Amino acid sequence: MAFRDYIRERFFPHIWCPGCGHGIVLNALLHTVEGLGLDRTSLCMVSGIGCSSRIAGYVDFHTMHTMHGRALACATGLKLARPSLNVFVPMGDGDATAIGGNHFIHACRRNIDLTAIVLNNRIYGMTGGQFSPLSGRDVLATTAPYRSIDEPFDIVKLALGAGATFVARTTAFHVREIGNLLKKAVLHKGISVLEVLVQCPTYFGRKNNQGGAVEMMELYRDNTAPLGSKKLEDNPSLIPRGVFREDTRPEYCEEYAKVVARAKE
Amino acid sequence: MSGVVTGKSPAGNPDGAKRGGTAPDMHFVQGNEACVRGAMYAGLNFFAGYPITPSTEIAEHLSDILPRNGGVFIQMEDEIASMCAVCGAALAGAKAMTATSGPGFSLKQEAIGYACMTEIPCVIVNVQRGGPSTGLPTKVAQGDVMQTRWGTHGDHSIVVLTASSVQDIFEITVEGFNISETYRTPVILLFDEVVGHMREKLVVPAPGEITLVDRLYTEVKAGVNYHPYLTREDGRLPVSDFGGVHRYNVTGLFHDIFGFPTENADQVNRLIYHLVDKIENRAHLLARWKEYHLDDAEHIILSYGASARSARHLAETRRGKGDRIGFLELQTLWPFPAALIREKTAHAKSVFVAEMNMGQIAAQVKQAVSKPDRVFLVNRMDGMLVTPSDIGAVMRTVEGRGF
Ligand SMILES: Cc1ncc(C[n+]2csc(CCOP(=O)(O)OP(=O)(O)O)c2C)c(N)n1
Ligand code: SF4
Repeated sequence: MAFRDYIRERFFPHIWCPGCGHGIVLNALLHTVEGLGLDRTSLCMVSGIGCSSRIAGYVDFHTMHTMHGRALACATGLKLARPSLNVFVPMGDGDATAIGGNHFIHACRRNIDLTAIVLNNRIYGMTGGQFSPLSGRDVLATTAPYRSIDEPFDIVKLALGAGATFVARTTAFHVREIGNLLKKAVLHKGISVLEVLVQCPTYFGRKNNQGGAVEMMELYRDNTAPLGSKKLEDNPSLIPRGVFREDTRPEYCEEYAKVVARAKE
Repeated sequence: MSGVVTGKSPAGNPDGAKRGGTAPDMHFVQGNEACVRGAMYAGLNFFAGYPITPSTEIAEHLSDILPRNGGVFIQMEDEIASMCAVCGAALAGAKAMTATSGPGFSLKQEAIGYACMTEIPCVIVNVQRGGPSTGLPTKVAQGDVMQTRWGTHGDHSIVVLTASSVQDIFEITVEGFNISETYRTPVILLFDEVVGHMREKLVVPAPGEITLVDRLYTEVKAGVNYHPYLTREDGRLPVSDFGGVHRYNVTGLFHDIFGFPTENADQVNRLIYHLVDKIENRAHLLARWKEYHLDDAEHIILSYGASARSARHLAETRRGKGDRIGFLELQTLWPFPAALIREKTAHAKSVFVAEMNMGQIAAQVKQAVSKPDRVFLVNRMDGMLVTPSDIGAVMRTVEGRGF
C-alpha cells in the first residue's frame, strides 16, 4: 500500500502555515506506518487541541480529536477498552506539558502501550504565539512582550522521571531519524514518548528573530547532536538526540488482564 | 404504597416474589451499590473514576465487580481524566460510566460537553453533596440541578434522571444506560448523599426482565462510504466502533456528516439543532415520574431524590387525615417535563416544590404552570434532609393556617 493511502486526501489542503514543522512529522508518520504494515483497522489516533493536534484529521485512521491536553486521558480509555488497537497520540508542547501535564506524567507512570509524540515548537501556535512551558527564559511571545521568565521543562527528563519506558528526541530537520525513532516507538511495548522539535516560523521564528522555516531547521541541525556522538562530547551544551531509554516494565493493559484473571479465580 | 402511579416506568418487576416460583434476588444495600448493580445489569463494562465522597462506594464496588466480569475498572489521575477515558472507551464500543460528587462533577464538565458534541453514549453519576467548592462533603444537598443542565459551555441538551429509593436507583440506572445508547448522549444520574448512602431492600430483576437497549450499529459494509454523523429522523445515529471496518473522525469542533471540522454556517446550524432537538423534542418520551393521588388534589407537592421521600411521607400522612394532597415525583429533570407538570397540576390550588437548593426546579415549575404565583418553594440547604415538618410548616403558612 502506498503511504498516500493512509491520508484523507479529501480533507486537504491542511490548515498549517507554509513551513510549519507539523507536516514533516505527519509525513514521517505515514511512511512509518506504511513500512510497518500494521493492520488498518487497528490504527487509531487520539489528539488534543492545537495546530499539531490537527494531524488527526488528515490520517485515515480511527481518529479522535479531543480537548486541549486531554488526548492521553482519552487514549487511555480507548486502549484499555480495546488493547489490540495501535494508538498514536500527537500533542503540542502546551497540550502535553501545560494543561495536559498531569495526564502526561500519569500515562508515563502507568506504562500503557501508547505512542505519544510531542511536537515541541516552544510556543502556543494555534492561539497565536503565547509562551508555553517549553519556551524557556528570555523568549518573546505574545504574552511575554518583556521576555519570558519561566524555566522550561525538559520533556525527555520529564518522561524519564515519570517512568516512561521508551523516550527519544529528534527534530524536524532529521526526517529519516523521525521515521526510525517512530518505528521503534511503535514497536515498543509500553508507553513511548517521542519529542520532535518542530519549527513554528509564524510565531516562534518571527518573534524571536530565528528567520523562516529553513533557518529554523538549520538551527536544529546545528544545535543538536546524536547521543554518544563526538559532536556532543565536544559541545555538551548541544541538545542531545536519540533514544534515552528503551526498557521493559510491565505494560498496563497486560497487567490489567492479570487483575481480571485474579478476580475470576 | 397504595395509589402510586408510575409514569413510563421501565418494565422491571419490583415485586420479585411474583417471579415463577424462584426466590427473588433480594438484597439489603446502599443506593450507591444499587447503582452499581443496575449498571452491571445494563451491561456496564468500563468504569473510570476518582474517589470522592459521597460517591466513592460506586468506584469501590466496581473495582471488585468489573474485573470479575471481564470489564475494565481504572482509577484515573483526576475527574477530568476519568470522563475523558470514558469517552475513549465508549468509542471503542464499551458501555462506559463514571461517578463523582461536588468538585469532581465540576471537573467533568469539559468532557461532558465533548460527549454531547460527539454523541458519545455514556453515563455520569453525580451523588450530590453540599456546595459550592468543597462545601459539605458528607452532607446531603441538591444544588447541582442547574449544573447538570448547563454545567458545560455552549448550547446543548442532556438527559438527567433522579431516584428516591434504592430500588428506584437500580431501575433508573438501567434506564439511564438505555436512553444513553438510544440517543447517543451522555446521561447524568443525579443522586444525593441520602439516597446514595441509605440502605433499603433491593430486588434485582431477573436477566431479561428489563429490556436493554444496545448500541445501534451501522449496516454500511466495509469499503462503502459510512457517514458517522448523518442524522436520522428518529434521533438515532448508527455507529461503528474504533477498531471496526469504518475509519472516521470524531471531533468536539462543529463537524459535517464525515465528522470533519466545519465552519459552514448551514452545517453548524444543522448540527446544533440536531443535538438539541433529538432530546428536547422527545421530552414527553423521556419523562419518568411517579404520582400519588393527583386526580382530586388541591395541593400538590412536587419533589425528587431524597426530598421526595419527605414529600411523599407528608402527602400520605395528610391524605390519611382527609386532606386533598397529591404528590408528584420527577425522575426526569432534564429535558424538563414542562407539559407533564402543566397537565398534572392544572387543577391544583397550589404547588409546593420541595428541594434542597435555592429553588432550581421550582423556577422551572413556575415557568411551566399557568399560575406561577401559586408555586411555593420548600427548601433546606444546611446539610440536613428537608423533613415532612419543614414542608408541612410552609404549607400551613400558605394555606393561612399558621405554623
Ligand atoms: C481548555 C482550553 N484552554 C485553552 C484552549 C485554547 N488553546 C487552543 S490550542 C492552545 C495551545 C496550543 O499550543 P500547543 O499545544 O503547544 O500546540 P501548537 O498549536 O503549538 O501545535 C490553547 C491554549 C483550549 N482550546 N482549551
Ligand atoms: S501557527 Fe505555527 S504551529 Fe501553527 S500551523 Fe502555523 S507554523 Fe505551525
